[in-house]
Amino acid sequence: MIDLEAHLRQRRAKGAKLFVPYVSGGLDAEWVDLLRAFADAGADAIEVGIPFSDPVMDGPTIQEASVRALERGTTPHSVVAELRGVADEIGVPLIVMTYYNIVFRAGHERFARELAAAGISGAIVPDLPLEEAGPWAEAADDAGIATVLLAAPTAPDLRLAHICQRARGFVYAVSLLGVTGERQSLASTAVGIAQRLKAVTDKPVIIGIGISTPEQAREACTVADGIVMASALMRLRLDGASVAEVAAAARRVREAIDG
Amino acid sequence: MALAPSSPVPVMGTPSDDGRFGRFGGRFVPETLVPACQELETAFRRAWSDPAFRAEFEHLLRTYANRPSLLSECTRLSERLGLRLLLKREDLNHTGSHKINNVLGQALLAQRMGKTKLIAETGAGQHGVATATAAALLGLECVVYMGEVDMGRQSLNVFRMRLLGAEVRPALSGSRTLKDAVNEAMRAWVSDIADTHYLLGSVMGPHPYPWMVREFHRVIGDEARVQCRELTGGDPDVVVACVGGGSNAAGIFSGFAELPEVRLVGIEPAGGAAIGRGVPGVVHGMLSYLMQDEFGQVQEAESVSAGLDYPGVGPEHSHLADIGRAEYYPVNDDEVLDAFQLLARSEGIIAALESAHALAWVYRERATMAGQTVLMNLSGRGDKDVAQVQSILDGRQS
Repeated sequence: MIDLEAHLRQRRAKGAKLFVPYVSGGLDAEWVDLLRAFADAGADAIEVGIPFSDPVMDGPTIQEASVRALERGTTPHSVVAELRGVADEIGVPLIVMTYYNIVFRAGHERFARELAAAGISGAIVPDLPLEEAGPWAEAADDAGIATVLLAAPTAPDLRLAHICQRARGFVYAVSLLGVTGERQSLASTAVGIAQRLKAVTDKPVIIGIGISTPEQAREACTVADGIVMASALMRLRLDGASVAEVAAAARRVREAIDG
Repeated sequence: MALAPSSPVPVMGTPSDDGRFGRFGGRFVPETLVPACQELETAFRRAWSDPAFRAEFEHLLRTYANRPSLLSECTRLSERLGLRLLLKREDLNHTGSHKINNVLGQALLAQRMGKTKLIAETGAGQHGVATATAAALLGLECVVYMGEVDMGRQSLNVFRMRLLGAEVRPALSGSRTLKDAVNEAMRAWVSDIADTHYLLGSVMGPHPYPWMVREFHRVIGDEARVQCRELTGGDPDVVVACVGGGSNAAGIFSGFAELPEVRLVGIEPAGGAAIGRGVPGVVHGMLSYLMQDEFGQVQEAESVSAGLDYPGVGPEHSHLADIGRAEYYPVNDDEVLDAFQLLARSEGIIAALESAHALAWVYRERATMAGQTVLMNLSGRGDKDVAQVQSILDGRQS
């Protein structure tokens, strides 16, 4: 598998801002093609959602995508099975995003092993905060899976430092007080949290939650090392855009942050 | 009956620093909420050891909620069942159920923390009505999340909340019932954390909620123990209560947990039996028994009572089941409807369908408890359920 942090650091060292688009795993028959298209559009890593019945950190768009995926019979195993070998093929590291009960039910060691066997580089578990992350993070470390941790504007500085210390791959800066979903403008908290994180870590700091347009992405990247874009891209797909059309939207983000 | 020698870790005492009851509990929330949970825990610890806060809480319980609630002896029904049945009458509280205890406690705490707005989830509407009531009493803003399906089933409670000045927002995701209302309330809390307190309605959710909500309901068990001794000269053989999230059961159990000869029995709906049918899992911030599929997707509960329509259960109940201190059994909807009618006809009390679960078990197991004293928590009154029961019973006749 690709070493997530090394890969992102290498890209950053070359002066690139990091672009991490998101795909809801199992969303439709072409979801893996969307990964390939995102790779072609210049993704530095790709986040893949494993759908969960009760996604408390997600707004309407990702909820809708999750329901659609689950209704197609998508399971954690089917997502991981379809991802097998894809990262090597496209040369872009993959990070799964799912909720803790999916991990807990499978068992920490088994889940970590399955991800590693499929060539997946990292995992984001948004309802597993620092204090509860230990057993999973250790199993993930052992299997070579990077545990990406979220850091939110509500955390005091000391807590941010502890989160950065335990995070692997990159630190996921939560741009705002809220759940995933498209927003009209970049939250005022976005640049602030990125600055506070950059002050305590040299790990890549990538902003997500609510980044919806190329302009917002560019603005966020004035401080952060990169951005995650999820709902805005998934909204296009849910509303019927083709793989090529969604990839074109991703390419515009790439160009904006490169600009 | 002699008190038990004190054990090293008191049963139903304070959870561990990481919010565990045995292996259950914890704080599995998005990072954004962690500082809010920590702030709440600190505020609760301070308030609960502050005599001024306790006095204010007790004053409200006495002068507003109508406490202490009565302990009623069921003469006719006892004779029929062949045991001595005592009812702890939480149905006589203001707003019609035990829910008011927790709501007044948390609303006072929110006010003390400088919060100006309450958000809450509700299933049948009892907790939502209670929260709207407390908000009106203390002059706080109130938003209640309720599954769209439940809003249809309990439209009178929706109107009640609005009458009390609360805003009711539909939860449109998933099964559009209680589970989804909790999801929606948590999402709202993530978005609006600074001046908002999430007033969770049961002994569930992330630490400190399961512990804090149980403490606010401890008054049920404390009163009942004293009342029972006054009435019968001793402790009951069995204490029984219905369990959805498990707040009324936790409240009454906490008064008797240290008396090892008193059986503690929790009754779950067969369609929502987290302890009976679930396996350990994590949802809504806690590790507890949870109805889920082989992949960890949470299953939807199905029960005649919307208030017990919940696939999880409070983590302390999972612990009490694990260590064998409490027993949990399921009853089915038909048994519940029979018990609902039995209590109405033999004692003149229309119970909430939730509470009727406990009586359904007493009825089924009456022979095994012959001659014993059984204390049942009558957690709420059944006015809200009358129309639903009518339509079910009419349907059976046609």
